[in-house]
Amino acid sequence: MTTTQMAPPPGGVRDGGTPAIAVRGLVKRYGGRAVLDGLDLEVRRGECFALLGPNGAGKTTTIEVLEGVRSRDGGDVTVLGEDPARGGRAWRARLGVVSQGEPAGQALSVRETLDHFAAYTATPRPTADLLAAVGLTEQAGSRVARLSGGQRRRLAVALGVQGRPDLVFLDEPTTGLDPVARRRFWELIGDLRDAGTTILLTTHYLDEAAELADRVGVVSGGRLVEVAPPAELGADLRRVVTVGWTEAGERRSVRTEAPAAVLRDLLATTPHEVPGLTVTRPGLEDVYLQLVGATPGGEPR
Amino acid sequence: MTAVLTDRPAPPTTLRIALARIGLELRLFAREKQQVAFSFAYPVVMMVIFGSVLGGDERPGGIPFPQYFLAGIAATGIMLTSFQALGTAIAAERETGQLERLQLLGTPPVAYFAGKAGQVLVTTAAQLALLFPVAHFGFDVPLPADLGHWLTFGWVAALGALAGTVLGIAVSALPGSATSVATGISAFAIVLQFFSGVFFAPNETPGWMQQIAALFPLKWLNQGMRSALLPDRAGAVEVAGGWEHGRTVLVLVAWVIIGTVVCVRTFRWRRSEG
Repeated sequence: MTTTQMAPPPGGVRDGGTPAIAVRGLVKRYGGRAVLDGLDLEVRRGECFALLGPNGAGKTTTIEVLEGVRSRDGGDVTVLGEDPARGGRAWRARLGVVSQGEPAGQALSVRETLDHFAAYTATPRPTADLLAAVGLTEQAGSRVARLSGGQRRRLAVALGVQGRPDLVFLDEPTTGLDPVARRRFWELIGDLRDAGTTILLTTHYLDEAAELADRVGVVSGGRLVEVAPPAELGADLRRVVTVGWTEAGERRSVRTEAPAAVLRDLLATTPHEVPGLTVTRPGLEDVYLQLVGATPGGEPR
Repeated sequence: MTAVLTDRPAPPTTLRIALARIGLELRLFAREKQQVAFSFAYPVVMMVIFGSVLGGDERPGGIPFPQYFLAGIAATGIMLTSFQALGTAIAAERETGQLERLQLLGTPPVAYFAGKAGQVLVTTAAQLALLFPVAHFGFDVPLPADLGHWLTFGWVAALGALAGTVLGIAVSALPGSATSVATGISAFAIVLQFFSGVFFAPNETPGWMQQIAALFPLKWLNQGMRSALLPDRAGAVEVAGGWEHGRTVLVLVAWVIIGTVVCVRTFRWRRSEG
């Protein structure tokens, strides 16, 4: 993370360009209720993919199935060429998970924690490098119990990438962090992505997905409802422009895919200035809210 | 950050991870003041208190109280450093997500258990090495009379610690929060001490209490300890009229097997499959 390298070509070059993650028709039920209901997902090698969705949409369950720690009720899943339900230790060695859980006891120092977990991998990064990469060199001697929330999260990243994984999972990595810690965390993930590591992260923050991800997948109702680069998310929805103005003291608005025509008519019927004229395109948040069904599509908000 | 690896060596062996786990467990044990106080220092403190208060008393068979009590508190100590320490710690490790991390790292469960067993071995040995001199020099309790008695002490302690280890891992899977599991385990351990002849001689307790105690390992661990520490004539005042070594082995081995089966079937890295 100290050195920034060129990103590999999109799609990656290893394993003949097969995707890092391929999921078709993933189904998971809890007590008869389908949390995942035919989810399809493809993550290319070397890309940073964000699963975006509200709480309870099935993001965490998806990640857990991909990590091979939760069983599934249906669908085909391949992660780094293997079915996670049958992946052995050699397969697991290629995965990195940035876990929310405690590392190995609060009474251990940061350095002791990293040194300990180095024993679990055949390819550990040197502890000093990891400390520098996540900015914890000064806290190396501090016990985990004394770290701030942001520092703990950075230690979790260090542990997640300690074995030089090909694929890293981050489940809501910045939940509960203050804005400064969040920014620093983003830089860390950006470095990782730039080094060519495939990343799958879940988040319910739009700005986080926009900042980090090459592509964003929106999960709603147990399915992937949209996949696109952040700037192109909900392209159809974004074409709808709202033209608004004030007429006889009353606010009026028209939603249209042809704003120029609406404006021409408006200008033709209004001799002077059009009071309170606005032309707005939906932002990422508006698109997202429509996609997850938080606002009824097509209705002005 | 270097780019992705093309060739990966095989993951570290189970033995290597097990050794790292043992080192970790011992380091953490030494730093957890509560654990040190409750399961490690408890027998020594109890020996000093009861030895000082009841030092002049005699148990059935003319055995000085401190000599009788050393057997019981040594057995209790083994139960605490194995059964109680593990049951409590594993439930907490599961709750805080430490076990989940081990699962994600592909840690062989055997390596994890080996770490726990290593911790039990070292802490139990250290505890007994502290307790015996306190009893011997502070309260004139004789040490095992000869090699034969030392050997008895050895196999009783080892079997007891092994049973405590597997049963501690087994009970950690009980439902409920880590705090409630810990409270349940210590309540059970305290009651079991009174039932199992740590404080009162078995023939001083009512029959129903003896029968309940006979179902659990502590009574047998305690009786085995008495056979190693008390003079042979004391065997005659045991409830069964002898030390019952055969039955002791049988019951402790049965518990080791039961505990192992329960561990294999119920051990979970996560709180629930959900």
